[in-house]
Amino acid sequence: MKFAFYPGCVARGAGPELFDSAVAVMDRLGIEWVELTGASCTGAGVLQEKDQKLGDILNIRTLAMAEQLGLPVMTICSTCQGVMAQADRRVRKDADYLEEINGYLAEEGLSYSGNTTVKHLLWVLVEDIGVETLKKTFVKELSGVNLAPFYGCYIVRPSDALGFDENPERQTSLETVIESVGGNVVDFPGKTACCGFPILLINQRNSLRMVANHTGTASELGADAMVTPCPLCHLNLDGYQPKARRQNNRGKADLPIIHLPQLLGLAMGMDAKELGLGKHLVNTKDIVGKVESIPVAS
Amino acid sequence: MNSKLKVSRFDPETMGSGQRRWDEFEMDLHPSATVLDALIQIREEVDGTLALRCACRASICGSCGMRVNGEAKLVCKTRIADVTEEGTTIVIEPMGNHGIIKDLVVSLDPFFDKVRQVDPYLQPDEEPEQGEFVVNNDSMENLLTAMNCIMCGACVSDCTVLEVDEAFIGPAALAKAWRFVEDPRDDQRDERLKELNEVEGGIWDCTRCFKCVEVCPKDVAPMDRIMEMRDMAIEAGNRNTSGYRHTESFSKSVKKHGRLDEARLAVESAGYTNIPRLIDLAEIGVKSVLKGKMPPIVPHKADENEKITRIFERVESERNT
Repeated sequence: MKFAFYPGCVARGAGPELFDSAVAVMDRLGIEWVELTGASCTGAGVLQEKDQKLGDILNIRTLAMAEQLGLPVMTICSTCQGVMAQADRRVRKDADYLEEINGYLAEEGLSYSGNTTVKHLLWVLVEDIGVETLKKTFVKELSGVNLAPFYGCYIVRPSDALGFDENPERQTSLETVIESVGGNVVDFPGKTACCGFPILLINQRNSLRMVANHTGTASELGADAMVTPCPLCHLNLDGYQPKARRQNNRGKADLPIIHLPQLLGLAMGMDAKELGLGKHLVNTKDIVGKVESIPVAS
Repeated sequence: MNSKLKVSRFDPETMGSGQRRWDEFEMDLHPSATVLDALIQIREEVDGTLALRCACRASICGSCGMRVNGEAKLVCKTRIADVTEEGTTIVIEPMGNHGIIKDLVVSLDPFFDKVRQVDPYLQPDEEPEQGEFVVNNDSMENLLTAMNCIMCGACVSDCTVLEVDEAFIGPAALAKAWRFVEDPRDDQRDERLKELNEVEGGIWDCTRCFKCVEVCPKDVAPMDRIMEMRDMAIEAGNRNTSGYRHTESFSKSVKKHGRLDEARLAVESAGYTNIPRLIDLAEIGVKSVLKGKMPPIVPHKADENEKITRIFERVESERNT
């Protein structure tokens, strides 16, 4: 199983622990990868506000690079997943538009013909690897660990760009993974809502209210940690949670926010430090301690 | 098919604001029945006190917006078979972000106050020369997306910003604003954009979460309309917002490096003279460094990033001609 790996800007910048833990986990899972080091940022929806076509050119360029390698794209960012899938949907629906976009790529010797796909690691786990095989890579059963899922908008909406009709299991993939490590799913309505990150630098008050609502509700429902496949959600829910909680009087303690690969790594028995769990702004000591106290299955 | 419905009930005469009761109903329904058919059957055959609002039963009037399994829908357009499998329960609630009058009926007063806020009528400077305005077909076809809005409130119900901020004008009213900004007969375009750019709860407060796009039963895609107005507002010279600085900084970073320069984005969005906000950012920055992570001071770049720069330059020069 080999992928053209697109980690996204945050995993390569402000959230290096995501990249490191993903790579460690992918090796254990037997996923081969080659990083698309020449690919651009997806634009994250921000660039698309200014010029959607420009955003589409950049993302179709990334897909064309993968197509040239004969590989599907895999990402570890919900936002990148969604933005690339939206661009892919637009060119698949409109052959003239695809031709126009390819016109911008010709200079580089690139052309896209729709012969690749974009898949988040989360989907690869449930679709390509499968829960039974996945479970065989785990050495610990995280029973008694309460985990709240938090998807990130762009991996759940707009649904028609995300292949939910053909792959309905994607809609509950994060719960499936939490169950596969043996954890309890803490279900709450905010799991598919916005984390507030896109307006953090524009309307911080509203952004932090969202952070406080989601982390506060999950805590009140007994979550030990929240798990997210989106590094942008992680930046907001982790980095700004202490301030959000103070401003909005929500909850007694901060809720650790765990990247998806870090959760897998813990179940695989990897070292918390190696997984970068010490690099979060909300202390992960309690959840790590809880997992470390679970004996490795013989 | 055998169906179970769990319905949210609220009686203003006996219950306090924010309270609710859940009633469960089990019934045998035709597979092609809609959620509205089921609710009407409950009202007619089981419990005559159930309050709900409906009229056309053909997704034209926009009266029957409700939340079905947590998502806003027109219940006349929602088939039971599409929202449940044999044996599972369908959860029906009034729309979110609206005050509840009784059971499934919500107050639409705040909804229409927001629509009024955007001056939803043509404001031409002069009377038409020949008794009526003559416009081309394309300009009217362009308006069709937003004109398809039936004011059902589904987008408002599930808006993630309205959930935390009542001042947000919201997806429906902003889509309505777009409709007049784009109308060639209107002469207040620049004034409208300036207002929407500056007012509290205006175009920059949307989080781009796609909820309104997802739940709109008429494909109005309010979020897309809001994004178009951001670009129009900038083009019309409105450059005094952190939203503008954010978009510009983001775009500049990707153009130059091929990737996002998170540190610069944060500082430039705040604005170099916004001292309290910069102190705030510095606090997070220092904490991140102490934890051993911080976006590199020298931004990370895509390999051969000059190729990305060239694409930007080509698209920008085409746009400017």
